[in-house]
Amino acid sequence: MQLFRLTAHELHDLLVKKEISAEELNLAVFTRVEAVDDRVKAYVTMTKERALEQARSVDRQIKNGDKISPLAGIPVAIKDNMCIDGVRTTACSKILANFVPPYSATVVKRLDGAGATMLGKTNCDEFAMGSSTENSAFFVTRNPWDTERVPGGSSGGSAAVIAAGEAICSLGSDTGGSIRLPASFCGVVGLKPTYGAVSRYGLIAFASSLDQIGPFTRDVTDCAAMLNVICGHDPLDSTSASYNMPDYTGFLKNDVRGLKVGVPREYMAEGINPGVREVIEEALARLETLGAHVEYTTLPHTEYALSTYYLIAPAEASSNLARYDGVRYGYRAENADDVIDMFMKTRSEGFGSEVKRRIMLGTYALSAGYYDAYYLKALRVRTLIKQDFDRAFEKYDLLVSPVCPTTAFRIGEKTDDPLEMYLSDVCTISINLAGIPGMSIPCGFAQGMPVGLQLMGRHFDEGTLLRAAYTFEQNTDYHKAFPEL
Amino acid sequence: MITKEDVDHVALLGRLELTEEEREMYTRQLNDILGHFQALERLNTEDVQPTAHVLPLKNVYREDWVGQHLSREEVLANGPDVEENCFKVPKIV
Repeated sequence: MQLFRLTAHELHDLLVKKEISAEELNLAVFTRVEAVDDRVKAYVTMTKERALEQARSVDRQIKNGDKISPLAGIPVAIKDNMCIDGVRTTACSKILANFVPPYSATVVKRLDGAGATMLGKTNCDEFAMGSSTENSAFFVTRNPWDTERVPGGSSGGSAAVIAAGEAICSLGSDTGGSIRLPASFCGVVGLKPTYGAVSRYGLIAFASSLDQIGPFTRDVTDCAAMLNVICGHDPLDSTSASYNMPDYTGFLKNDVRGLKVGVPREYMAEGINPGVREVIEEALARLETLGAHVEYTTLPHTEYALSTYYLIAPAEASSNLARYDGVRYGYRAENADDVIDMFMKTRSEGFGSEVKRRIMLGTYALSAGYYDAYYLKALRVRTLIKQDFDRAFEKYDLLVSPVCPTTAFRIGEKTDDPLEMYLSDVCTISINLAGIPGMSIPCGFAQGMPVGLQLMGRHFDEGTLLRAAYTFEQNTDYHKAFPEL
Repeated sequence: MITKEDVDHVALLGRLELTEEEREMYTRQLNDILGHFQALERLNTEDVQPTAHVLPLKNVYREDWVGQHLSREEVLANGPDVEENCFKVPKIV
């Protein structure tokens, strides 16, 4: 039995029935990593001893007859921009290459508490800035479906490990689509929860009003199990929301009858790859056959979202990244004449090209004389974009669209043209600006590469997304496809 | 139109030292990107309130008492240059 191909809930059943041990499961996944990761290049740090120690602890619980949680013993990977106490955490930047945090992110503590085992840290775009995982300071991660193509970004490593069987579940972060885009490109389930639903404490900040941590899984049932662990208020995070968190597994019902689904015309506009369009239209027809009421609608300010996002996110990033000066942690340049010279040299040598570009863009947008014309203007347009969604959700329970106009592109294809790269995020970024939940589920293949269907819901209504996603999944087989490696 | 001098000014504010090649590249790229963003000017937003954050936020404070926090050793452990329990930096003036 290839344990690395199973879902967390299937593995949980095997653990409870004592047909496998947690240690055996974790060793099986490590063996898989050793077999394929030289081709996928998804992990930047492995934490094997930590994982096996946790697995043995779960095995002791099972032996004692204790009830174990649905994620106990399940091998999980963490994007390398979330802190784990005592484990190198780099955000895939040279400037943090030697950083070992003295504390763990809240999500890590919660997964630890649920008994999940930590396999290691996954590759990502430097400080989560990118759409392809080509901006990592270490190496490029490859798409398990075609290793000449990108896995999407910025959480490309966390998506690739699920597609390749190198982890059962993983965590990524999504600032403008960084969970949904790699989930779509790698053919796995990825969910960006409502802003504030998951604590950002211990997440290395990129853009504080947009970043949100979320899970990658093989199926929707596992996604609900991960949400049950990571969601919920955290007093350590001022951006964490207080709300009545439901049991997300309660939404896993094979029924979308009567569900009102809107399809924003702007997301299906010209520029969408014909193969992707066909797959999405088939998925919409499937939802309709299953009893949902599907119709086209409009989000009129969509065309302004890209500009708005690429002013707000870099502005926040330029502020968040001011802390990297070589004084308290991280890389420090040598041979500086004075402290300002040290700051300049450290940051110039430590940051990569995309990060510098965004610092420049953000600093420009916030600088005297341009603040009103760029940054403040973008904040006002953000309001209009959010109002588009508010109006749409008065009429619809759910909005549905492609995640990206294309499937995974070739490595190097867009690296010389940042504007072209930014256009990869055209269907995902509005969701972060509005703070609503967004999900990508596998819905077919175009030219042999996976296509993701994006589901968008009201604030804190992850339940409707899960219900629709589960129904779609129960009536299709796309989530069961596994790449040859 | 963003000039190389604008790029130099922004780089200084962002504490970045650019090579001549980077100076040219960022001048071209910032012009391209910000040129694309001119589209926002078409929208009249005079009466629209800005949204900086989608949730109402409150600062998180802790009580002013001595608790279990990071030790001095833990705080200094990642410092690239540490001396006598302090972070050491090059001369300031």
